[in-house]
Amino acid sequence: MKKILAIALLCLLPFTAWAGEAKELAEDPAVEKRMVALAENLRCLVCQNESLASSHAELAEDLRREVREQIRAHKTDQEITEYLVVRYGDFVLYQPPMKSYTVLLWFGPFALLLIGAGVLFYQLRQRRQTVPETELSADAQKRAAALLNDEEKQ
Amino acid sequence: MMRFIRPILRFIIPVIFLVLSAFLYKGLELNPREVPSPFIDKPAPMFSIAQLHESAKNFSPADMKGKVWLFNLWASWCVSCREEHPVLMALAQQNIVPIVGMDYKDKREDAEAWLSKGGNPYILNVFDVEGRTGIDYGVTGVPETFVIDKQGVIRYKQIGPVTPQALQEKILPLVAKLEQQP
Repeated sequence: MKKILAIALLCLLPFTAWAGEAKELAEDPAVEKRMVALAENLRCLVCQNESLASSHAELAEDLRREVREQIRAHKTDQEITEYLVVRYGDFVLYQPPMKSYTVLLWFGPFALLLIGAGVLFYQLRQRRQTVPETELSADAQKRAAALLNDEEKQ
Repeated sequence: MMRFIRPILRFIIPVIFLVLSAFLYKGLELNPREVPSPFIDKPAPMFSIAQLHESAKNFSPADMKGKVWLFNLWASWCVSCREEHPVLMALAQQNIVPIVGMDYKDKREDAEAWLSKGGNPYILNVFDVEGRTGIDYGVTGVPETFVIDKQGVIRYKQIGPVTPQALQEKILPLVAKLEQQP
């Protein structure tokens, strides 16, 4: 019985979640639009694979509230992002900034690609050089001709 | 030319593979929750907010200048705080380092009931009902604990409950070291 009740309650959960979102959207649409645009590029600190815009974590809601308030206070996008970076580090940014310790992150894949292309190039060149065309001996040529002729007769 | 390049490639490719594997292997043991705090070695953010028990009185980190102290973020609704609480109680009884608590997004009566039931390890608590001061400290989830030195600089952040192990291996040695400093 308890189980059924729990399941029934769980089924209600999506509605309550939806209600929360609707309430937020009901506020000033211009502020909301800018907030969502900003928050889509920011990481939720609680569910780390969700953006701040889509997360339902309580902290994400609080941070959206902060962002909204700062938009109303006419802060620039950069100032708002900076506000979050000061508190949560570069980790909140989905696009990490170019810094000395992120060079590998930014250019590592390209370096690996270049190395891979280089290896492939040398391997292919090497192959062309090491596989010489072998000539058939006179005996083998005769046998081949005989076999081919045989087939033509049939 | 190929004669020189081939052996080098043969050496480099396994090395790249091994280095990558080592990084990935190390990554398995890391906790993604432990986001490096940008506050380490930075002054503790200032605030002045009402206390939990004496709501007419404010507290500011400036009041603790000259002391090494722990700043513990907790809430009565927080499950891991229950796990942490006995550890903090034991620490408070040893009188090594003062613990200031911040009750994060809580109800006053719930928090007071929780402390009177489980014991109060804090010299005082501030009450952050909207979670704004928490955000100023980069909270991601309670409990979190900061070690703050005599100059008011954050020296360490414990994400998640203070375990006896973290206390013995990290927090207490650091407190002892910071006590020696001016």
